[in-house]
Amino acid sequence: MTDLSAPMRPGRPGRFARLTPRRVAHAAFVYACLLALAAFIILPLGWMLTAALKPANVPVFTFPAEWFPTEYFNFGTFVEALTQPREPYGRYALNSLLLASINIVGAVFSNSLIAYAFARLQFRGKNVLFAAVLATMLLPAPVLLIPQFLLFFNIGWYGTVDGFPAGYLPLTVPAFAGNAFFIFLLRQYMRTIPKELDEAARIDGAGHWTIYTRIILPLSVPALLVVAVFTFLGVWNDFFGPLLYLDDPQWFTVPLALAREVTTVGTEWNIVMAATLVAMLPPLLIYAFTQNKLMGGIASVGIRG
Amino acid sequence: MAMQVGGDGVRGEQLDEAGTAAPLVADAALAQSGWKPTGRASRSEERAAYLFLSPWIIGSILFLLIPLGWAVWLSFTDEQLLRPGQFVGFDNYARAFGDDPKFYKSIGVTLTWIVIAVPLFLVTGLLVALLLNQKLRGMSFFRTLLYVPAVLSGVAIAVLWFTLLNSDLGAVNQLLRSIGIEDPPNWFQDPDFALWGVAIMGLWGVGTNAIIYLAGLQNIPPDLYEAAAMDGAGPWTKFRYITLPMLSPTMFFLFIGELTAALVIIGPVIVISGAGGAAGPADSLLFYMLLLYRRGFVEGQLGYAAALAWILTVIGLALVYVTFKLEKRFVFYQA
Repeated sequence: MTDLSAPMRPGRPGRFARLTPRRVAHAAFVYACLLALAAFIILPLGWMLTAALKPANVPVFTFPAEWFPTEYFNFGTFVEALTQPREPYGRYALNSLLLASINIVGAVFSNSLIAYAFARLQFRGKNVLFAAVLATMLLPAPVLLIPQFLLFFNIGWYGTVDGFPAGYLPLTVPAFAGNAFFIFLLRQYMRTIPKELDEAARIDGAGHWTIYTRIILPLSVPALLVVAVFTFLGVWNDFFGPLLYLDDPQWFTVPLALAREVTTVGTEWNIVMAATLVAMLPPLLIYAFTQNKLMGGIASVGIRG
Repeated sequence: MAMQVGGDGVRGEQLDEAGTAAPLVADAALAQSGWKPTGRASRSEERAAYLFLSPWIIGSILFLLIPLGWAVWLSFTDEQLLRPGQFVGFDNYARAFGDDPKFYKSIGVTLTWIVIAVPLFLVTGLLVALLLNQKLRGMSFFRTLLYVPAVLSGVAIAVLWFTLLNSDLGAVNQLLRSIGIEDPPNWFQDPDFALWGVAIMGLWGVGTNAIIYLAGLQNIPPDLYEAAAMDGAGPWTKFRYITLPMLSPTMFFLFIGELTAALVIIGPVIVISGAGGAAGPADSLLFYMLLLYRRGFVEGQLGYAAALAWILTVIGLALVYVTFKLEKRFVFYQA
């Protein structure tokens, strides 16, 4: 039986120094399992890419299944998915990017302000307020769904008004009010910045705003990056918010348009697969560039993707 | 120095008499006595603090507190999208339990899903984490790769697996046929298999739980295993009596997370079944939140949907309460 319960510890003199048959068998077993898992993750993506790279005049899905593109490399499908007049995914991607940018600005600005107060300032009711921030994480989202919708709907933050996407307001404005998880994350980070820096600045006559903008913010960039990345992923991937508040296809986001298209009869699957890849690509790129910084945060607080 | 901080109520009187306060006293009492920690600077610090906090204070009142109270009121009205509601007492709740043919169906689907999803995602996540915890070359690559689905759009994942699990052209059934299974399941077209289709889709994201387990595994002190090995413990014994108990707090955390996520699942299903269309064959994918969405936003019965939301919340609280009751029996916390 292969021992998976304890981590193997190379570097221990004597114990694991030699390549025993048992150790080789163990490593082979682990690698076999991991390669199977890797295939489970990669092959569906490869299959989708194969379908997306096919021109319009050949069967998109053939038997046996093609896991990687070998015959067709028609990148025109992507161009078509992005520019076709019926479902212009390029336009949807710009809409998604616009929403994500506003949300990132709002989240970075508001959460850092709020976290600064909790991490650095003394005031009455601090503990009660911080407990209240954490308690908002426990509020039942399904219950808030309907009154929040009615609130925004009744003040006209819905759909499109005179060409202005009023439905974007409920998808962006709440970001400027902060979010319990981000406040907690930033507060923990800011508490590790030495107090002496604030005190020195205060002696030089700096106010709280100066300390916040000139000292705390620059030193919190790694944590702010995590906030920005999670905000981007959340907004880019959000489906339910746009579904509730947007009614004009011109202002649709990528997931909303994609969900609508797959339920339409007569869908061209190579274009749908290309559009799905368009929806996946920005998160993939961001993940590839930031995963080292993100992994620690994910593991320690167990945020769900 | 002689001042005592006694029980509630006594505090204020004592302060008035004493005129000064010990720093131990509660903030409100401090204010009454006019005592300031460091003079003028702290007053301005306090003003600054509330200014910095104002986005959160205003935002939570507007977007959380008011909606929360409104949600209670709404559930007792017949509010519709373009028509303000009248108070109807407990009619909405009575309707859910007695007069909505889909209500029990959706509860059944959701509970079935919990029974499938929670153990499945907890066990597979642990198995993958055990693999990733091996000190072999290339582990960080596998770790990075397995987490990829967690960053992708739920809609994109749903579209991908909706296509992969297509009964005729999908790659999964092609694969099953090529290994000799002549009549593979019709997945999302078959009421008996639709939930399993959603489960496979969920398994693609097994990396999320695995990463969290992995952090728990790496916090187990290696000396425990060494001591056990010296006593002649085999792999199974070590797993059963060291790994599992030491990992039980992580598992408890994940259990609560999976449970609440399974209760409110809706995203992939809306994509697969279409916002207004059928919820899978024979309503096999009619999750509770999908019913709520239909009743509220498709049919416009917002008051009734608000009642449905409260019923779900009570069910969720009951399940979480039971879980916490069981925590003492199954979760081991290091002293």
